Amino acid sequence: MQLARVIGTVVATVKAEGLEGVKFLIIQPLDRHKQPQGDPVVAADAVHMAGPGELVYFVSAREASQALPNIFTPVDHAIAGIVDAVEETRGVPR
Amino acid sequence: MKVGRVVGTVVSTINAPVFDGRRLLVCDLLDAAGQPDGTYLICVDTVGTGAGETVLIIDEGNSARQVLGMTTAPVRSIVVGVVDQMSADGALVVDEG
Repeated sequence: MQLARVIGTVVATVKAEGLEGVKFLIIQPLDRHKQPQGDPVVAADAVHMAGPGELVYFVSAREASQALPNIFTPVDHAIAGIVDAVEETRGVPR
Repeated sequence: MKVGRVVGTVVSTINAPVFDGRRLLVCDLLDAAGQPDGTYLICVDTVGTGAGETVLIIDEGNSARQVLGMTTAPVRSIVVGVVDQMSADGALVVDEG
C-alpha cells in the first residue's frame, strides 16, 4: 500500500459490467514525505467517503477489487482508507 | 520477500473493515547494503514490531492473506518478521545484536 492525495473525480456513464455504483477518484501517489511520486491514476473509492484534497492509502492490482463489496470488480487501484495522520518515528538510530 | 525498516505508522479511522484493529507501518525498503533504496511500503503488522526495527516484509497478496487467515482482503504487504542479522557479499549489513 502507498500514500496518495485525492486530486479529482471521474464520472463515467457508459462503463463495463461490474463497475456500476463504483466511485472513481483521481489520486496522485506520494512518497513517504508526502511529495508527489509518479503519475496520477484513477482509483475506485472503497471507503465511499474520500474526496478531493484528502490523504489516503491505496492498494493496487488484484488486491484493489478485494477492497470492494464485489471482489471481482474490474479495477486496478482502490482507496482502502483515509489517513488521519502519518506518525514518523523520531530519533531512530542509524 | 523484502527487507525494510519501520519509520512510522499510519493512523486511519475510516478504512476497509479488514484494517480495523491492525497497525499499519510505514517501512522504508532496504537495499543489499542495508541502506534505504528510496521506496517504501505501508504494511500490516503481524508480529508486533517497533519503531526503527529492521523487518522482513511479504509483498504478495495470496501469502499475505494466508498469514492473516483471510481468503479475501485488500492486503498485499505485511510485516512477518524482525531481522536480527543480515549479511551480503561477506559483510554484515544489519546487526541488531
